[in-house]
Amino acid sequence: MADLSVRIGALTLRNPFMSASGCFGYGVEYADAIDLASLGAVVVKGLFLEPREGHAPPRIVETPAGMINAIGLQGIGVRRFVAEKMPELRRLGATVIVNVCGTTIDEYCEVSRVLADTEGVAAIELNISCPNIKEGGIQFGCSLAGTHDVVSAVRRVTTLPLFPKLTPNVTDVASFARAAEEAGADAVSLVNTFLAMAIDVETRTPMLSNVMGGLSGPAIRPIAVRMVWECRQAVKLPIIGIGGITSARDALEFFIAGATAVQVGTANFVDPFIWAGLTAGVDAYLDRHGLPRVADLVGQLQIPRKAHV
Amino acid sequence: MIRGAAYTVGLMPVDVLAEVVANTPLAPDYNVLTLAAPAIAKHAAPGQFVMIRTAAGLDPLLRRPFSIFEHVRDADGRLVGISILNKRAGAGTARLYAARPGDRLAVLGPLGRPFVPVHPPAEAWMVAGGVGLAPFASVASALADLGTSMTLFYGARSARDLYYESLFTGLGTRLVLTTEDGSRGEPGRVTGPLARELAARPADRPLTIYACGPTPMMRAVARLGDTAGCPVYVSLEPVMGCGMGGCYSCVVPIRHDDAGGTHLVRSCVDGPVFAAATLDWDQLGSGH
Repeated sequence: MADLSVRIGALTLRNPFMSASGCFGYGVEYADAIDLASLGAVVVKGLFLEPREGHAPPRIVETPAGMINAIGLQGIGVRRFVAEKMPELRRLGATVIVNVCGTTIDEYCEVSRVLADTEGVAAIELNISCPNIKEGGIQFGCSLAGTHDVVSAVRRVTTLPLFPKLTPNVTDVASFARAAEEAGADAVSLVNTFLAMAIDVETRTPMLSNVMGGLSGPAIRPIAVRMVWECRQAVKLPIIGIGGITSARDALEFFIAGATAVQVGTANFVDPFIWAGLTAGVDAYLDRHGLPRVADLVGQLQIPRKAHV
Repeated sequence: MIRGAAYTVGLMPVDVLAEVVANTPLAPDYNVLTLAAPAIAKHAAPGQFVMIRTAAGLDPLLRRPFSIFEHVRDADGRLVGISILNKRAGAGTARLYAARPGDRLAVLGPLGRPFVPVHPPAEAWMVAGGVGLAPFASVASALADLGTSMTLFYGARSARDLYYESLFTGLGTRLVLTTEDGSRGEPGRVTGPLARELAARPADRPLTIYACGPTPMMRAVARLGDTAGCPVYVSLEPVMGCGMGGCYSCVVPIRHDDAGGTHLVRSCVDGPVFAAATLDWDQLGSGH
């Protein structure tokens, strides 16, 4: 049995597999099916200060090897989360990372303050990348100055580990990782979904009520791997890789490209029992390659010298 | 890769790789799949659903939700599986339409809140429109076990779209059939005879109505039940992503106060069965 634990800043996780925000509810939904403490971390659905209703249905549409969603960050607000969900997550021994949203920098800070005062919150993932809301979020994540401002503002109000979640809907994601690093982030999560659209050609109407949404699933994985690799070259921060992981093999790609840990989202919809197979698969790989720790694999991409023709 | 009960720490749900025992064609586009899934059958309540993977690969990627149609028993009466009523409409359901005995499908369940069958002296009326018949074989079976007097109002487009009548009559169900083309039963919509019989029945006899079908039908049933003072329970069939409460795609509007305020709730965990009076039928639109 290899050592699957990983360190992300001050945080040590028992394994590198986390649920992706927005794909796992508040975690408690899965407590009857799986042992939440067996995940590296449970990253819960994005939370604003106040409850939020989200978009009208239809909210998802399936596409080849993927899906587009426009949920619109429906949520119960951070205070109800702390009062109603955190006691159960603590009881179950889950390592809880909270995805924090805001329409203003003040809101990001206020939500983070509430979480900093809550027992059992292990880290904050800053959602500056949701493509489905009009104000805040991706507005910050698509501007280098905005990214820097949100991260540095939240940095001042909490000592919790801080992981900005980056959008791939920019020209150069590595420059955003750099902005996050300079602003005091402890790691970066990448990538959020790709802005996308699907059309019902018979009715000539959009498949989603919000018209556009975010593409996730195996379809995006090669682009996400590339972006992790680009960010690995640009920053020293640990990277949490996200994008279309459905198997241990997929996760290994992210580790080798430079991710210290990974998140699984869409694949959990298909198989809520995916987690045991992911850890077993990576463990078997490490044994087969004589590696004692998964951390030894991070960023170990070997690029052969160009062969002479 | 499919893993089952061994990886669960709670009671339910489980993900089983279920063998297709039989594929019974009903009509062009409709079939019943019988699946060997004892672990699901043993715990499934009427009106609950399963999420089925229609392809082993990545396309279609997401599972499809299906009401549990029948609890299937072997010759000795042991629960050995479930059946589902499938309508071929897209890539996933086309695969299930073409499934062959011996094929294996990943089936996750049972999921969701069930119908609660009423006891005598209350009477139960089931109202099904088309493929909305799906939850009612198991509901009728549970009602029969309780000795509850029951009627099935069952409407379809034409005679060839009416299925499984003998299953229901065999359980002692009174059948009221309607077809839109008049080829069988009463011509018109199923809500026609329902409205008439509701108006004719004595008001002091307790009655509960269960409905599943197209949204306009369920809306009409909800209104009729409200007027008659009968509780109505409906099973909704919105687009679902995960069936576990993780994705928030299957939301439906429920009323949370008398001033017209509504709130979106997930039909996979708060439904798919809802008390009709709690739903906001004006907002419940084509997206559901």
